[in-house]
Amino acid sequence: MEPIRTIRSRTVVMPASNIDTDQIMPARFLTTTTRAGLAQHLFADWRYDASGAPIADFVLNRPEAAGCSILVAGRNVGCGSSREHAPWGLYDYGFRAVISTEIADIFRNNSLKNGLLPIVVDEAVHAGLIASPGAELTIDLERAALTLPDGRSVSFTVEPFARYCLLNGVDETGYLLAQDGAISAYEARLPA
Amino acid sequence: MSPRTLFEKLWAAHEVVPETADTPAVLYIDLHLVHEVTSPQAFASLRARNLGVRRRERTFATMDHSTPTDSAQLFGKVPIRMASAANQIRELEKNCAEFGVELLGLTHERRGIVHIIGPELGLTQPGKTIVCGDSHTSTHGAFGALAFGIGTTEVGHVLATQCLLQRKPRTLAINVDGSLARGVTAKDLVLAIIGRLGVGGGTGSVIEFRGSTIRALSMDERMTVCNMSIEAGARAGLVAPDETTFEFLRGRPRAPAGADFERAVAAWRSLPSDPGATFDRELTIDAAGIQPMITYGTNPGMSVPVTGSVPSRAGDAVHAKALAYMGLTPGQSMLGQKIEYVFLGSCTNARLSDLRAAAALVKGRHIAKGVTFLVVPGSQQIKREAEAEGLDRVFSDAGAEWRESGCSMCLGMNGDLVDKGAYCVSTSNRNFEGRQGVGARTLLASPITAAASALEGRIADPRAYLG
Repeated sequence: MEPIRTIRSRTVVMPASNIDTDQIMPARFLTTTTRAGLAQHLFADWRYDASGAPIADFVLNRPEAAGCSILVAGRNVGCGSSREHAPWGLYDYGFRAVISTEIADIFRNNSLKNGLLPIVVDEAVHAGLIASPGAELTIDLERAALTLPDGRSVSFTVEPFARYCLLNGVDETGYLLAQDGAISAYEARLPA
Repeated sequence: MSPRTLFEKLWAAHEVVPETADTPAVLYIDLHLVHEVTSPQAFASLRARNLGVRRRERTFATMDHSTPTDSAQLFGKVPIRMASAANQIRELEKNCAEFGVELLGLTHERRGIVHIIGPELGLTQPGKTIVCGDSHTSTHGAFGALAFGIGTTEVGHVLATQCLLQRKPRTLAINVDGSLARGVTAKDLVLAIIGRLGVGGGTGSVIEFRGSTIRALSMDERMTVCNMSIEAGARAGLVAPDETTFEFLRGRPRAPAGADFERAVAAWRSLPSDPGATFDRELTIDAAGIQPMITYGTNPGMSVPVTGSVPSRAGDAVHAKALAYMGLTPGQSMLGQKIEYVFLGSCTNARLSDLRAAAALVKGRHIAKGVTFLVVPGSQQIKREAEAEGLDRVFSDAGAEWRESGCSMCLGMNGDLVDKGAYCVSTSNRNFEGRQGVGARTLLASPITAAASALEGRIADPRAYLG
């Protein structure tokens, strides 16, 4: 995994509330056995018409979305299915952060494990971001702070261990494997 | 020791390493359920690191999500129509063989939906931690097990270490008291609860369902309630184990037997929340006020009584977007809305009691013209039991399709689909846009509301059919 320190990008805004993981990655694309190539299916049912042609006014099909790595979603993003294909698709498309007022637990966990930073902001900051698509933001993960276009800095919370992993580009597997002694000791106490 | 909740007892018993400010807890997992859709990349990650499965005897696989429910495809008389699904099924067979994981495969007589066969086999037991790469793992919480859905990276963590890194969630008690009225089921209860909490209301919390109403529910009904706790965003749902739980498990093939069972029951009796234990949050629901429910929108929190009408919310863009997708108008009565599909199935409502309740209603009647009614038992065992009672004939005679077990029409990835723009009264758990097929319009309801609606070809009140 690539280390993340700073993310500087214009935003893509999807104001819909409760964007669930079925929208982010529809179930019919889950029959893959790899993590690769999911960007093409991201938001497929909002992005393409029945013939597979891009729907011109959907935000990801607009020229200004090109190269953006910060997604500002409406209130409460990522609810529903545990499919990690949702963050895989977002990352593969080029997103590195998702901002909302609330982020569902499993989606948040999956995102943190895949180099996609979930950021919860308060209602006022969120309303400002929703109202200004394409705003240039700077996310400083070391300081856990977000710099708004007007220069204001807003801090956010990120689980410290996940932050450490993201900053250093390491995954959690190595840490868990290193707990082998403690796990074996725990297992020795289990009833047969 | 100060009084503890059921959740706190489950958590403490599985802490391999407690959490600190800098690091999450290392939590031990007693039972890991695996299926074909969310595991291939996890097995690949083990292979890439040259790792094995740490505890094969705690790992258990089946296939349900992309698996066809059509007998000819399932039993190999014709090829599986979706090549990618067939590939995924073969991949799970290969991975289980390579890593030594027990698999109830495609034609196994005990195969079924992963959250139905865990309890059915007695693998699901009070006091356990249970995970699966599927959000409806919350179902198993009905037994007083801490059970939650995980992503594929975490599936890899559990395969390799039998542990997960977890922060301790908050607790939410939902106290439900009073009797459910005639025609009101566990499904209606949980839809009403989600309607009250909202789809994000449980985020970060483990819910314990408590109160006289919950105590009176059967295990099947408790599973329906816990199954949908994720639809309120909750990390997990719990019901304290009691005599109903123990009697359900007695004699199940993978439950402890004989003296071991009695010893296990004695331990399980210590699990319920202690008197005086406190929760971070509490909510009280009056069961008597709940009516048969149906959803009108595009998330499970958007529901009304089946006799109600589509709410009006001027200026609410979320509401307007959902109604536009659903093709419904504010103020319109839900009863009488024409439907094209009915789906009786899924990990929410495909157990024998669900099939019996729906069959009692359709027996001797015929479904409306123009309606496709799919009945999909939750497991091959349930299918056999239903057939022994003649339920398959009741459904077939009424004009329904009787299928092999699987996730089927709950999610559009196995060939069972609702047409674009068509309405489906569904006993499943999610009414998200496109969930049952591109452009499909899902109306979540109980098995008896689904059955009554199949008979009329319109959304119907099941109470008109109850003796």
